[in-house]
Amino acid sequence: MQHGEALVELSNVSMVYGQGANAVKAVDNLTLTVHKGEFIAVVGPSGCGKSSMMKLISGLMPVASGSLKLEGKPIAGPINKVGMAFQASNLLPWRTAVDNVLLPLEIVQPHRSQMRSKRAEYRDKARALLESVGLKGFTEKFPWQLSGGMQQRTSICRALIHEPEILMLDEPFGALDAFTREELWCMMRDLHAQKQITAMLVTHDLREAVFLCDTVYVMSDRPGKIVKVQKVDLPRPRDLDVTYTAHFQELVQELRSYIGRH
Amino acid sequence: MQKFKETILAPTLFVVALILLWEIIVRLFGIAPTILPSPLDIWNALAQYWGPLVSNSWQTLFTTLAGFGLAIVFGLLLGVFIGWSKTIYGALYPVMIGFNAVPKVAVVPILILWFGIGTVPAILTAFLISFFPIVVNVATGIATTEPELRDVLRALGASKLDIMRKVGIPRSMPYFFGSLKVAITLAFVGSVVSETVGSNAGLGKLMLDAQAAFKVELVFAALVALAVLGIVLYAMTAWVEKRMTGWAFRGENQGF
Repeated sequence: MQHGEALVELSNVSMVYGQGANAVKAVDNLTLTVHKGEFIAVVGPSGCGKSSMMKLISGLMPVASGSLKLEGKPIAGPINKVGMAFQASNLLPWRTAVDNVLLPLEIVQPHRSQMRSKRAEYRDKARALLESVGLKGFTEKFPWQLSGGMQQRTSICRALIHEPEILMLDEPFGALDAFTREELWCMMRDLHAQKQITAMLVTHDLREAVFLCDTVYVMSDRPGKIVKVQKVDLPRPRDLDVTYTAHFQELVQELRSYIGRH
Repeated sequence: MQKFKETILAPTLFVVALILLWEIIVRLFGIAPTILPSPLDIWNALAQYWGPLVSNSWQTLFTTLAGFGLAIVFGLLLGVFIGWSKTIYGALYPVMIGFNAVPKVAVVPILILWFGIGTVPAILTAFLISFFPIVVNVATGIATTEPELRDVLRALGASKLDIMRKVGIPRSMPYFFGSLKVAITLAFVGSVVSETVGSNAGLGKLMLDAQAAFKVELVFAALVALAVLGIVLYAMTAWVEKRMTGWAFRGENQGF
C-alpha cells in the first residue's frame, strides 16, 4: 500500500519522567516516521514506554532530546491534531453517546466558537459517525445502556469527530472479549479504509497489530528502544480469515521472537 | 403490592407498635410523667403548645436552612478551589482537618461573644458544622477525574478551566448532592446546639425553657418536632439528589 508524505517524524527522541536522581528514562533514541494514511502499531512488553510515546506525539510530554515533528513543524505543546482513545472508554456518564462524541468540538477551535450556531449540524455529523460504526439506534443512549464494545466504538468516534491528523489508540480493545474485539478490528479496518486515517495503535496483541497495521514497531524493555520494524505486506482489504493463514502466523511468530529479548 | 408492603406498611406498623409498647410500659410501671411522659401525654402537650412549637420550629428551620445555604455556596466554591490543584489541596487540607476536628459546640460561645445571643450564632454554627462534608466531597469528585480523560482533553488543547467545566464539576455533582444529605443533618444539629447554648428562640431554646420549668412532656413534644423537621429536611435533599444525578444511580432505576 502506498502512503503519502511523512506526517509524524521522530528522530533520536528520548523522554524522561521525573527530575534529578529520580529521573527515569522512558524511551530512548526513537526514530520512526509515520506517513499520511499509514496505520502503525507499537508493541512491546508492559512498561516499555509505549504509552509515553503517545504522550510525546500528542504534545502532553516534552522530549528530553532529539526532534519530534508533525507535518514538518516541531511539536512543542498539546496540538489539537490528535484524537485519543484508551482501554477504558472514559465516556461521560451524564451525556448520551452523541453528546459524548461532541465533546471535542466543544474544546477545539474553530468548532468551539461555532458550537452555538452550528449545534444541529455538528449533532448530525456525530450521529452519522456513530451510525457508520454500527451504532444506529444507540446514539441517544447513555453509556451505561451500551455494551462494552459499543462504548469503545463511541470512544473511538469521539477521538475522530474533530478530524484529527492522527488517531492514537492505546490498547483500545484490551478490555473486550475475543469476539467483540475481532468485530472492532473490522470496524477499525473499515474506518481506516473509508476515511484514510493515519493511526497509531499501542497494543499487546500481536495478531491485532498484524491484522490492522501496515508497519509494526517492536519496542524493548524500559527504556524503550525500537528493536524491530516489521512491514506487513498482507493485501488490503483484509478479511478476518487472513488471521488463519500461514503467512499471518509467520509474521506474528516473527514479531513474538523479538519481545522480551535483550 | 410488594413495594407497598416494604416501604409503607412495614415501617408504619413498626412505629405504631413502638408507640404502643411505650404507652404500655409507662402505664404498667407507673413511670412518673416528669421522668418519661407517655405518648399520650406528649400528644396532649403537642396540642397544648402547638403555637409556640410551630413558631419555634420555623425559627430553627430558618437558621438551619440559612446556615445550610451558606454551606452550599462556600462548600462548592472551596471544594472547586481545593480540587483545582494538588498544591492547593495539600496546603489547605491539614487546616481543614484541624478545623473540622474542633467540636462546634465549643465555638458557639465565641460566636455569641461576637454576634450576641440570637439568630446569627445559630446560622453560623449550622454553616460551620455542615460545610466540611460538602467541601470534601466536591474536591474528591473533581480530584478523581480519570487521568486518561484529562489527557484526551488536554491533547485537544483544553485549558484547566475547560476540563473543570466539562468534566470535573459535572463529575463531582453526585458527590455534592450525596453530601447534602449529611450536611443538612449536621446543619440541623448545629442550629439546635447553638439554640441550646445561647439563644432567644428556636426549638433548642424551647426545650431548655421547658426543662427548666419541669415541663418534661413539652421537652418530648419539642423532640418530636425536631424529629419531624429532621426527616423532612433529609427527605428533601434525598429527593433533590435523585432528581439531579439520576445518571449516577443507574443500577437502581433502570427506567430513568
